[in-house]
Amino acid sequence: MAIAPAPPHLAPPLASASAPAPTLQVIYERPEAMTEASTHYCPGCTHGIIHRLVAEVVDEMGVRERTISVAPVGCAVLAYQYFNVDGCEAAHGRAPAMATGLKRVLPDHIIFTYQGDGDLASIGGNEILHACARGEKITVIFVNNAVYGMTGGQMAPTTLPGMVTTSSPYGRDVLTQGGPIHITEMLAMMPGVAYAVRRSMHSPAEIRKTKKAIRKAFEAQQRGLGLGLVEVLSSCPTNWRMTATESLDFIRDSMIPVYPLGDFKVHSELVG
Amino acid sequence: MAVRGAVVIDQDRCKGCELCVHACPQHVLRMDTEQYNRRGYRPVLLDESENYCTGCAVCALVCPDVVFTVYRYPRAERAAAAA
Repeated sequence: MAIAPAPPHLAPPLASASAPAPTLQVIYERPEAMTEASTHYCPGCTHGIIHRLVAEVVDEMGVRERTISVAPVGCAVLAYQYFNVDGCEAAHGRAPAMATGLKRVLPDHIIFTYQGDGDLASIGGNEILHACARGEKITVIFVNNAVYGMTGGQMAPTTLPGMVTTSSPYGRDVLTQGGPIHITEMLAMMPGVAYAVRRSMHSPAEIRKTKKAIRKAFEAQQRGLGLGLVEVLSSCPTNWRMTATESLDFIRDSMIPVYPLGDFKVHSELVG
Repeated sequence: MAVRGAVVIDQDRCKGCELCVHACPQHVLRMDTEQYNRRGYRPVLLDESENYCTGCAVCALVCPDVVFTVYRYPRAERAAAAA
């Protein structure tokens, strides 16, 4: 753990005539794999937390210099400005296809895509399905907040039954509009997938579990086991018309009953 | 109770979402009610008038904008300073 001198504006409260001012241990600081840019996300949006977790994992694995991010279309469209790694922007839903190309040309690099539910589950459903079928050695971070965030909160394939969005003002009617797509359960059936789990952002304990899962998904790629997928239940305070704290309660009380958390596939070499 | 940790808050990064205020187990964070930061939000403040920061870093864990840098006084030095 790094030892740093006390920042000048932090008066060392333990300093006294008999004892020297104690040195401070840095418990948490900004990860190197995040740039200094301030994100454009709405206040309380958990995209920022997920960005940070990915950056921390990249730092801990010591692979920052050979990591390439693939940004989606959606709220995270500018993700390449926030990750301090090489990055590129894919056409809507095509991040797994771009990651496939990158990984095949640069097999020693760590390639991850960061996609929302509108990008991955809707227009990109075909791409992720076939990337899984081919067993591409990439990592996919799938952020599920049940709406199209960037375009104004329209109904997504992952919208909960009965949930009111700007394009389903009377609530999602399952009879005419279908039910939510459980992407992770579906993709866990594919033989090319090494790791498929669902995690949530609604509490500090769950955030810690999400970080461990992201780490495993990166390890699955590093060890060449197959595709690693982490679905993260995320909040959208703006389009859900809630405060940030209320939206975390909504994840816990309304989203998790529809999208149960759990490990749907863990490669035998990743167990433990 | 002895001081155990400290947070440094980059107030101009804060968007005032209050996630940290609700997550802090020591209840030492509150929102600024008097001024706005450069981006027009009410930023979070460290208020140790009733309790002390322990440097547990839960605020940093839940912060979407990496506002916090967390420090902790090493246990041995805390004991030496208290003696």
